[in-house]
Amino acid sequence: MTLIAETELQSFVLLRLGDRRFAVAATQISELVAPSRVFRFPHRTAEVEGVILRRGRIVPVCDVAEKLVGKPLKSRRFYLIAQRNYGAQTEWVALPVSGDCELINAEMTLPSDSDAPHVSGWLSHGGDVIEVLNLAALTPGPGELLAPVAPLAQQEARP
Amino acid sequence: MRPLSPSKAPAPRAEQIILFRVSGQIFAVSSASVQEVRGVDSLSGAAKKISQPGLGKVQYFAQRGDNSFYVISAAMHFGLPPSPPALVFMLRRTRTALLVDGIEKMTSMTRLQALPRSFCHEERGWYRGLTALDQSVLPVVKPEGFLTPDEMFLLDAAMSPALADTGSDPEAGDSFADAGVEQ
Repeated sequence: MTLIAETELQSFVLLRLGDRRFAVAATQISELVAPSRVFRFPHRTAEVEGVILRRGRIVPVCDVAEKLVGKPLKSRRFYLIAQRNYGAQTEWVALPVSGDCELINAEMTLPSDSDAPHVSGWLSHGGDVIEVLNLAALTPGPGELLAPVAPLAQQEARP
Repeated sequence: MRPLSPSKAPAPRAEQIILFRVSGQIFAVSSASVQEVRGVDSLSGAAKKISQPGLGKVQYFAQRGDNSFYVISAAMHFGLPPSPPALVFMLRRTRTALLVDGIEKMTSMTRLQALPRSFCHEERGWYRGLTALDQSVLPVVKPEGFLTPDEMFLLDAAMSPALADTGSDPEAGDSFADAGVEQ
């Protein structure tokens, strides 16, 4: 392997939402935790279902499955605690996932202009082409409009 | 020479809070921002029932001395199912009072966490933040968040005839103030 090829490899966490797999840059992941009680209170941000308590921090739970696969998760195996950037600030968000997560090293292909805003790149792994998620486009934040993301079942088989 | 005493971590500052119930949901409010707690019965005769289009949460208007204030249904403000309120919180430094179902308890919090930025709609004006208490997470309400300045302006414009009426009868205005027990 050449030095150039090595430096292009990055670490990603593969997560499962229903039948599909997605990837998030490993540098954005804090931990993977078992589901815990979700505390709910009135609010108007539909993408957030509540908060969990983790290591003394209050972490919002954002179920991104409905946006990505068209339906909310029926069963949750873990919460993937990811770092979400808001300008210079970083906060944790908990993403419910329905299966095991996997850490891989892969080379990311940059997105094209026609890709949805939540796609920050593509990976080829185990015969699948997998979307790398842009959490800033997928989870809500002040001053940001979330474009509706159509479930793109065919994208995993993208050439 | 005296040996140095072991350094102590400063005790976290505690803030007294009231946990209150609205339609089965528990909220917290700083005790310092609640001037009085009264029974809803104290509203009868002292406050005028109002119905302002688009502001259904504002249920009563009352005059107290030189000041007028609006009584807001906490259930409607937060979009919760209606429930019969039992208490009114008179909120300090605002012109609002809040109808709530009951007080859960009084306690203190040592840490208030800012509302996570994922919450990006009206709730940012509703809450000062969140606090973890007894392995639970509670929203801490912002007393000035129940009516926006625009809403207050709209209400004042709609109630200006009533303001003129009650202004001529200070006895009627004060009856609400005399009906309860100051905290």
